[in-house]
Amino acid sequence: MTPPDTVPHDAVTPDDPHLVRVLAADGTFAPTPAAEPYLDAIAALDDTLLETFYRDMTVIRAFDRQATNLQRQGQLALWPPSYGQEAAQVGSARAARTQDHLFPSYREHVVCTIRGVDPVDIIRLMKGLTHGGWDPTDPKNGNTHLYTLVLGSQTLHATGFAMGLALDGRSGSGDAERDEAVIVYYGDGASSQGDVHEAMVFAASFQTPEVFFLQNNQWAISVPVRTQSPAPLHLRGAGYGMPSIHVDGNDVLASYAVTRRALDEARAGAGPRAIEAATYRMGAHTTSDDPTKYRTAEEEQSWARRDPILRMRAYLQGRGASDAFFAEVDEEAAAVAEDARARTVVLESIPVGTMFDHVYSEEHPLIAEQKQWLAEYEASFGEGQA
Amino acid sequence: MTDLATMPLSKALNAGLQAALANDDHVLLMGEDIGPLGGVFRVTEGLQAEFGARRVIDTPLAESGIIGTAIGLAMAGFRPVCEIQFDGFVFPGFDQITTQLAKITNRHEGAIRMPVVIRIPYGGHIGAVEHHQESPEAYFTHTAGLRVVSPSTPNDAYWMIQDAIASDDPVVFLEPKSRYWPKGEVDLSARALPLHASRVVRRGTDVTLVGHGAMVATLLQAAALAESEGTSCEVVDLRSLSPVDYGPILDSVRRTGRMVYAQEAPGFTSLGSEVAATVAERAFYSLEAPVLRVSGFDTPFPPAKLEGLYLPDADRILEAVDRAMTY
Repeated sequence: MTPPDTVPHDAVTPDDPHLVRVLAADGTFAPTPAAEPYLDAIAALDDTLLETFYRDMTVIRAFDRQATNLQRQGQLALWPPSYGQEAAQVGSARAARTQDHLFPSYREHVVCTIRGVDPVDIIRLMKGLTHGGWDPTDPKNGNTHLYTLVLGSQTLHATGFAMGLALDGRSGSGDAERDEAVIVYYGDGASSQGDVHEAMVFAASFQTPEVFFLQNNQWAISVPVRTQSPAPLHLRGAGYGMPSIHVDGNDVLASYAVTRRALDEARAGAGPRAIEAATYRMGAHTTSDDPTKYRTAEEEQSWARRDPILRMRAYLQGRGASDAFFAEVDEEAAAVAEDARARTVVLESIPVGTMFDHVYSEEHPLIAEQKQWLAEYEASFGEGQA
Repeated sequence: MTDLATMPLSKALNAGLQAALANDDHVLLMGEDIGPLGGVFRVTEGLQAEFGARRVIDTPLAESGIIGTAIGLAMAGFRPVCEIQFDGFVFPGFDQITTQLAKITNRHEGAIRMPVVIRIPYGGHIGAVEHHQESPEAYFTHTAGLRVVSPSTPNDAYWMIQDAIASDDPVVFLEPKSRYWPKGEVDLSARALPLHASRVVRRGTDVTLVGHGAMVATLLQAAALAESEGTSCEVVDLRSLSPVDYGPILDSVRRTGRMVYAQEAPGFTSLGSEVAATVAERAFYSLEAPVLRVSGFDTPFPPAKLEGLYLPDADRILEAVDRAMTY
């Protein structure tokens, strides 16, 4: 049985009364009615921040393309491209304050990089050198938690973490510069997982300082979003008693504004918020995927016309950004991509013993015994050669 | 000074939880019906009244949610103790336990620890409906990253729950529900053994009987009957199911030359299988007979009217003792 062929809820249809968008696909400033409450905040954004948005999107897209190429050249086992989702990720990650905590899924390369994670640490995960890659407790990583590969699992971890913030009085004081909040990323496919439902139940029951940020990129590998839900996903929040916002995820200004407000409301003690950001996975699910088997070139082209970077570039040009600025960003993007390549190709393998080192925090006789056995077994070959 | 008290295992757990809550304000209890009701087995009775609803939390009815949010709370510096209402209800939370809780420290290369305890009442003998009498321990012992323990006496319950909460690793804490009510002596002044030690609970010379949880009482019963028939049985309480402390077991088998493992769980790929294989490897030249297992049958736990036949009793253990003695 196939799901009913309902009207596709293409989130960027201009007549959706709920949709928050300020930049039209051609980069003109054309706010939707739902964007009205955000216009003052957007007007107050300075040029430096607007240029940062553009720079983030462009530089990290270049890195993402480089990582895809590295996989094609046999350097990585796998790469899940973030191509096309840059505005949703830049807007939301730049909206998070320094003290906030971010729980990504596994396509949030843009989010992680903005928060300070070394993109080569993400590469180490995809190269088979680690199951993690960075230390979320190290301040340089901006409270960015590890990728979680079982879809939706991280929504519960984020909710528990947010419960902890509330219990410890780390949120809800009314001081936005100090109160901490959590943002958790997941997608349209993960939205079907029971864990996402349970996370929203717990978040609503305990009124957590938390934003659920759903990037609806229209495809869960090969399955279209209409198979996950015939109803727009942003409507689900209401069922949990959670305010929900539907934003054009290819509009970085709108993505920033709605996330900034939702996080600030949550940190102030108003309870959890849900955001559905409508975007598009312009690349494959991962480098193992072949989108030509399930979607049309026509569809891809229609979304290419709504590319988040072209849109922001046109907007900045309209505001008078110089050619020199764009040239300088392109140079930086090329340099970052080249740096990632240079550091990836020299990554060395990991010592055998690391397999055993962190299975437990405390002593465990079976693991200790097996570690020692393997070391002696390996050494026995060395003795033979000597 | 020794401070002794007599209480049932359920009260000993309650006292241990009370002590842990009092000692560390980041210890939390969370689960279904654990607040005003005190849990369906009353193990948390009175604790919400004493420590408040922010420390003893009645959660929504969702096991994956309980475990998954406990993981997040542990990341935020808490030490959550989760109650799963019955053994058969742990499986909605199984994914979070095995794919997340057990692996998070490893994934973070040690940067994040997971001091989470999952309390699960388990086992039969209570005449209940489906999913309320199971012994799921092997699912957890098979998962790297988890510690698994089961107390068999009130004294062990009191100390082991506190040691489990103090552990920086996740601990699956299996409570033998048929042993909740019999009373025993608790030494409130000092623990007798570390969390992961096995213990000889009866000395003997002919056959070593090994088991865990509620089965320890049945083994003692079998040993008393065997004694009257002229066979001397040593009894070892495993206490810790992962890791297993093989020292006392191997010492015993090297003296007796015979071993029987008894368990409520189905025997195929069970704790008894693992201990039997290890003893066969390490004490081969001491063995006079094959290591035998007495287990629940490899069927779903039957309707309660048949549980007396499904669960190993003293007679089935004695049958195995007799077989071991024929070699």
